[in-house]
Amino acid sequence: MFRWDIFLHFLYQDPNLFFLQAAWTTLWISVIAQACGVIIGLFLALMRMSRFPLLTWPARAYIWFFRGSPLLVQVLLLYNGLPRLIQNPAFLLPDWACVLVAFSLNEGAYMSEITRAGITSVDAGQMEAAKSLGMRFPLAMRRIVLPQAARVIVPPLGNEFNNMLKTTSIASVIGLNELTHTTSLLGSPTFTVFELLVLATLYYLFLTTIWGYIQNWIEKRLDPDRLTKTDLSEKKGWTERMLGFGSRTRGGTLVSGR
Amino acid sequence: MSIEQANGNRIMRTDEMVRAEQIVKHFGRLTVLDGVDLSVKRGHVVVVIGPSGSGKTTLLRCINHLEKIDSGRIYIDGQLVGYREVKGRLVEDKEAAIARMRSQVGFVFQRFNLFPHLTALENVTEAPIHVLHQPREEVKERAMALLTKVGLAEKADAYPHKLSGGQQQRVAIARALAMNPKLMLFDEATSALDPELVGEVLKVMRQLAEEGMTMVVVTHEMGFARDVADHVIFMDKAVIVEQGTPEQVFDHCENERTRAFLGMIR
Repeated sequence: MFRWDIFLHFLYQDPNLFFLQAAWTTLWISVIAQACGVIIGLFLALMRMSRFPLLTWPARAYIWFFRGSPLLVQVLLLYNGLPRLIQNPAFLLPDWACVLVAFSLNEGAYMSEITRAGITSVDAGQMEAAKSLGMRFPLAMRRIVLPQAARVIVPPLGNEFNNMLKTTSIASVIGLNELTHTTSLLGSPTFTVFELLVLATLYYLFLTTIWGYIQNWIEKRLDPDRLTKTDLSEKKGWTERMLGFGSRTRGGTLVSGR
Repeated sequence: MSIEQANGNRIMRTDEMVRAEQIVKHFGRLTVLDGVDLSVKRGHVVVVIGPSGSGKTTLLRCINHLEKIDSGRIYIDGQLVGYREVKGRLVEDKEAAIARMRSQVGFVFQRFNLFPHLTALENVTEAPIHVLHQPREEVKERAMALLTKVGLAEKADAYPHKLSGGQQQRVAIARALAMNPKLMLFDEATSALDPELVGEVLKVMRQLAEEGMTMVVVTHEMGFARDVADHVIFMDKAVIVEQGTPEQVFDHCENERTRAFLGMIR
């Protein structure tokens, strides 16, 4: 028996907006951690691709560690380890900051590999052309190489952010009030964890679906072909494209030219 | 020849735009340039010909320091390229100094290397705006004039992949010219083009030569070499085998290898 009353209460009758707030926490943790991850990843990628061993080796070690151990363990290491290292409680990180730091550092390791693949995918002639015009490395990177690498980076980046939205549930282990922790917090006393898990799932699906649309939009904007592509999709309905017939009869088989 | 003191470096003002002395360049064990000397007078067109693998492209890339050299010296407009002299030894220049030198030298690549994420016009305006920090509107106007000059004014808003190879290469030439270079280097600028598109690019290069631009052109277009060059250099196996006026090299060549090469491509 599914307790619809509980489910519906927290869906839209809750005066405290617990779930909405939890969803908001999930969202902002994800966004900030992902943004930091992208920035860390960019610098790690540049370090790894540099010709100086003094830069490549620390980057390699970093990636090795953060991809080689579980995120859950990294969060706990930070959460439990910091108080042992720093005795003065005034300097301790709040819970949300622990989560944010661990997520960002971890995401940076994954983003660095994605960014590196993106940069490598840009033809070496692009950097040469930029240099031949008098550009220095940072300017050439920023204006010429990275905008082209972005087209390769964005699809897996979207994947990463989708993952991040769900990975925030790990923050529940240290009691941060994101969606998953809120679920058990509110559900346990009344034995309605299942009902609330269904609700939390809906929230997660809502967030990832919205992100899917945003990602699509970004990918279209990065495509220099976008004008011609939208032209095409405007002219052809999906039935026409997939099945070969359509509401509008133009060209092809339905209208004979004679 | 006068000698000036500037930035602590000795600058010799001569009528020479490019001077290369005893350039040696290795790729691993392979010697690609083995003691090459080159002199390009201001306003002259020097055409470098020779079989593939002879080192001509590498020589060109050394001139604007896209390749480091293992020994020798290169001067552009009297100034040492890519290196500084410290106590009689050559030390590689700082990136900023190399970039400044490159901003005065146009380079046209075999594969065009246009920036695919920018329109033709943006390709031309990119460096003057972001390297030379010139005012946007002024640069745009000049870029349109340059695109008009290479016959592509109506393609200003097109992205490179919408242009034919010949059109792309002409945009690339306009892009290099937008920096107001004192020297233009052409690296087999027509080799990647379909035969019917070669002419439109050569036409632009001819026009540049007529306007008095100093040019070093690596090419397989013998007709262009004969008509436009002030000086032709034939390279083979990492050295300059023969050089002189087009008549000397094409009609009265003395070297067996030159004759064999010219016989082959005729």
